[in-house]
Amino acid sequence: MRAKLGSATAERISKSHPQGPRLAALRGRAQEAVAPGLDRLIHERMRLGIVSALAVNPSLTFNELKALLRTTDGNLSVHARKLEEAAYINCTKMFDGRLPKTKYRLTAAGRRAFERYLDHMESLIRAARET
Amino acid sequence: MTPAEPARSPRPVLVPLEDRAADNLRFIRETMERAGSFTAVPGWGGTAIGFSALAAAALASHQPTAARWIFIWLVEAGLAMVLAVLTVAQKAHAARMPLFSGPGRKFALSFAPPMVVGALLTAALYRDGDLRLLPGMWLLLYGTAVVSGGSFSVRVVPMMGVCFIALGAAALVSPASWGNGYMIAGFGGLQILFGLIIAQKYGG
Repeated sequence: MRAKLGSATAERISKSHPQGPRLAALRGRAQEAVAPGLDRLIHERMRLGIVSALAVNPSLTFNELKALLRTTDGNLSVHARKLEEAAYINCTKMFDGRLPKTKYRLTAAGRRAFERYLDHMESLIRAARET
Repeated sequence: MTPAEPARSPRPVLVPLEDRAADNLRFIRETMERAGSFTAVPGWGGTAIGFSALAAAALASHQPTAARWIFIWLVEAGLAMVLAVLTVAQKAHAARMPLFSGPGRKFALSFAPPMVVGALLTAALYRDGDLRLLPGMWLLLYGTAVVSGGSFSVRVVPMMGVCFIALGAAALVSPASWGNGYMIAGFGGLQILFGLIIAQKYGG
């Protein structure tokens, strides 16, 4: 187990959790599942990718996001809809000539949620370093 | 016949929480780099550089010799560089974007060569005592640096470079006595104008 975790990490975990690293890791997973402040909506990888990409672009089309995240139409539209329902992104449908086009933007609420998520990840790393 | 063993689900790999957090941050950074233009071009920094150029132009226009005129502008170039580096770093930090990776590195690598060429040509022209072409050449080469670096940034940045190139081209065919005026229009006026546009539209 120690070999799997890496000796430095295992040592750090065993210092703060005398019951053993495995129990500590399990506890960590349990904490993550219920950790207050962790936004489960953004935490999912595909949705995290969508929000990260929109954070550095004023808007992106469906096809741009699909190419960027190397995913399928169905997968992207399911996750984009979840973010849209939470008002983290907004979606505009338009026509480019005869071709329909869907454009996504990050909303103010989405940007705040993204920043909260970044803070949360950073605080987890900081807390682990301090123990 | 021996009964088949019940299928055992593979034991989940346990990953410490901080490692998962670090992995998530790495994923976010890589996605942002792939998706992003270099958006850390500083609008307010550009505006400040423009105002410092106006001050330099006012000082330079009162210098009795060409050597002192060029000295003022070289000091201004150094000051502008310091301002640019500080405000780019500050804007990238605020956006939590790494400065020298992905688009930022490409921007720097494209921006630098015309600036280095400009420094070499300035030294050569100064040695030969031919300072007539300096304003036009500086505007042209700065414009070239901004256009090539700006191809990795938001659209307004290369547009700014094109304006500098147009102004530089006009300076080359104008009387030498207009040189300071072109410097004011370019490094002062254009820099302030585009700095304000970038600050308004692209977050500071």
